Amino acid sequence: MKTLQYFLLLAFLGILVGTVIHLPPRGDIDSPVHQTVNPAGTLVAGTYYIQHAYKDTKTPNMVVAVLADYRAYDTLGEVVIVFVGGIACFFILNLRRRKP
Amino acid sequence: MLEFIQDYYAFIFLALLFTIGLYGMMVKQNLVKKALGMAIVQATVIMFWIVSAYKDGAGIPIFDKRYGVENPEMYINPLPHAMMLTAVVVAIITFGLSLALIIAIYREYNTLHEPELLDQMKDI
Amino acid sequence: MSDKPLTEKIPRYCKGTGMMAPTDSPIVHIACRGISPFIFLIGLYVFFHGHYSPGGGFQGGVLMAATILLLRLSLGTGLSQVVMPASITLRLSAVGVLIFAGTGVITMIFGGDFLDYHFLPLPWLDPAYLRYYGILLIEVGVVLTVMTTLIAIYDDLLGY
Repeated sequence: MKTLQYFLLLAFLGILVGTVIHLPPRGDIDSPVHQTVNPAGTLVAGTYYIQHAYKDTKTPNMVVAVLADYRAYDTLGEVVIVFVGGIACFFILNLRRRKP
Repeated sequence: MLEFIQDYYAFIFLALLFTIGLYGMMVKQNLVKKALGMAIVQATVIMFWIVSAYKDGAGIPIFDKRYGVENPEMYINPLPHAMMLTAVVVAIITFGLSLALIIAIYREYNTLHEPELLDQMKDI
Repeated sequence: MSDKPLTEKIPRYCKGTGMMAPTDSPIVHIACRGISPFIFLIGLYVFFHGHYSPGGGFQGGVLMAATILLLRLSLGTGLSQVVMPASITLRLSAVGVLIFAGTGVITMIFGGDFLDYHFLPLPWLDPAYLRYYGILLIEVGVVLTVMTTLIAIYDDLLGY
C-alpha cells in the first residue's frame, strides 16, 4: 500500500515537472500572461487598472485600488469569510458536547 | 543548461513543494500533519501565481510619477496580487478552522491517528 | 535548574487559568512587553501607508494581531487580558464587518449603488478623493476584522 502511494506521488511529480517546463519562462515579456492587449485588440483588465487606478481614486497603490474599489464585493465576501471562520471556531470549541 | 535552470528553477521547486504537501496529505496518518500538508499545498499555489506574475524589467504595481501610466509595460499586472491577497487570508482562516475541528475530534475520540479513529468509528 | 515540579514554577497569577505555561524568565517578559508596542506601530504604519506603498488592511491587521499574540505567548493568556480581553474580540470582529457593509449601505441610502463611494455624503471633496476616503473607510473595517479574528481563533484553540 505504501509502495503504491509513493509510486503515485513520484508519478504526480513527474507529471507536474513535465507540465511546468513547457510553460513560458519566468519573467518572459512575450508570454501571453504579460501582454497588455488581448488577441482581439482590446485592453486586458490589468492594463485598464494600471491606466485608470490613479486617476479614479488618487491611490498610487494599484493593488489596494483593485482590492477595495474595483472589486470591493470580492473583499466584502472575504471579510465575511474571515468573520464566519472566527464564529465557527468559537462554536465548534465552546459548545457543550451532547450526552448520548 | 544554465539558462534553463535560471528560467525554470522556481517552477520546478514549486512542483516539488506541491508534491511534499501532497505527501503529507496522503501518506501521513496524523490529522495535524495532514492539515499542515494542506497548508503547504495552499502556499504553493499562491507562490505559483506570484512567480507567474513576475515580469522582467517591470516595477511593482504602485503608481510612480517618473514612469506615468502611458506605457503599462512598466508595471506588473496588479490583478494576480489582489487575488492572492484574498487567497492568503482565506488559507489562514481555513487552517485555523481545520485545527479547531481537529481539537474537537481529539476531545471526542482521544486520538488523532487515522486508523484508530476509523476503528473507533466502526464500533459505533 | 531546581528540582521543583513544573507546576510550582508557574507564577500564581496564571495558575489554573491556562494550558500554556508562561515562562518565569524576566528577560522574556520584558523583551516581549517592550517590543510589542513597536510592532503595533509598524502595523499602523503598514495600514495607513497602504495607499502609497506595499501594504493595506490585511497586512496591517495581521501585524497588529501578532503584537497581541506575542503578549499572549510570553505573559500567558491571563495577564494579557488587559490589552485585549478575550470576550470582546468576536464583537469587534462583527463591528469591522458592520463598518465595511455599512459603508456600502450608506452609499445606497444616498442614491448610488452598493459600495459606490461616489455617493458618500462628503460633498466638499473631489470625486476621486471620495473614493480615496471610501477605500480608507473599508480598510478600517478589514483591519478590525482580521486582527480580532486571529486573536479569537488563538483564544478558542487554547480553550478560553
